[in-house]
Amino acid sequence: MDLSFHIQGGDFTSAGTASSQVRRTLKELGVDAAVIKRVVVALYEAEVNIVAHAYKGIITAEISPERVFLQLVDEGPGITDIEKAMTPGFSTASQEVREMGFGAGMGLPNICRNADVFNIHSVPGKGTTVEITIQIK
Amino acid sequence: MTIHEIVSLVQGKILCGNVGEKDFVDYCFASDLMSDVLTVRRSDFLLMTGLSNIQSIRTAEMSDLKYVMLVRGKTPPQPMIELAEENGIVLISCPFSMFKASGILYQAGLKGVF
Ligand SMILES: Nc1ncnc2c1ncn2[C@@H]1O[C@H](COP(=O)(O)OP(=O)(O)OP(=O)(O)O)[C@@H](O)[C@H]1O
Ligand SMILES: [Mg+2]
Repeated sequence: MDLSFHIQGGDFTSAGTASSQVRRTLKELGVDAAVIKRVVVALYEAEVNIVAHAYKGIITAEISPERVFLQLVDEGPGITDIEKAMTPGFSTASQEVREMGFGAGMGLPNICRNADVFNIHSVPGKGTTVEITIQIK
Repeated sequence: MTIHEIVSLVQGKILCGNVGEKDFVDYCFASDLMSDVLTVRRSDFLLMTGLSNIQSIRTAEMSDLKYVMLVRGKTPPQPMIELAEENGIVLISCPFSMFKASGILYQAGLKGVF
């Protein structure tokens, strides 16, 4: 099953709706609760990163009986130093983002921890692509 | 500790959700940083937060949490209550600060996650 969502940068009211829909789908499919939590926590962090740091993006979720594959492609400022961005505690979040409860610098490390396979690729000035694979079985 | 005990100890009130006599929770995690909450693997804890917006409920939803306590007597915006209801999340409001509410509940036996 394939799902796709358009994400608007700065829209904190809608942030999480894509993750919420993926969660509902996985629940309907009877996927194990601990696996669902890993998928939606990783996806939600990545979704919020588009809202917090990019201009807009597209999320696609491919769900098969064996695995969930998530791809998040955004247009935005990109990340110049990915290693630095992956360091727990590193954040460039604005005051506005911090008021929404984000900006701990924990998102990317936590996505990485929850994923079985994690890929991040970024072109400064253009955008960022994040890919997450989580095995169901 | 039962949810009713918790609510009464912090002089709180239940804003939405159904709480049975036997509903309980043994752990609590207090934070205003949602990414911090999202690093917790377990799901059987009360989230105590000062973050009075929709993202604290989204965080509870993704984390599979059932109980959220809002401190400092904040009045949550209506969409936040609606999202909690939609997800079967019990939202509790408490007049005390995070420090005071944490102290009271810790002393009464509620355990920290880490
Ligand atoms: N999609 C993105 N586009 C541009 N920059 C990004 C993107 N995702 C992450 N970053 C950069 O990497 C940094 C670290 O990201 P990370 O998700 O770990 O923390 P954060 O978003 O700042 O805070 P939080 O703990 O709430 O996730 C961000 O502060 C930002 O500078
Ligand atoms: Mg982040």
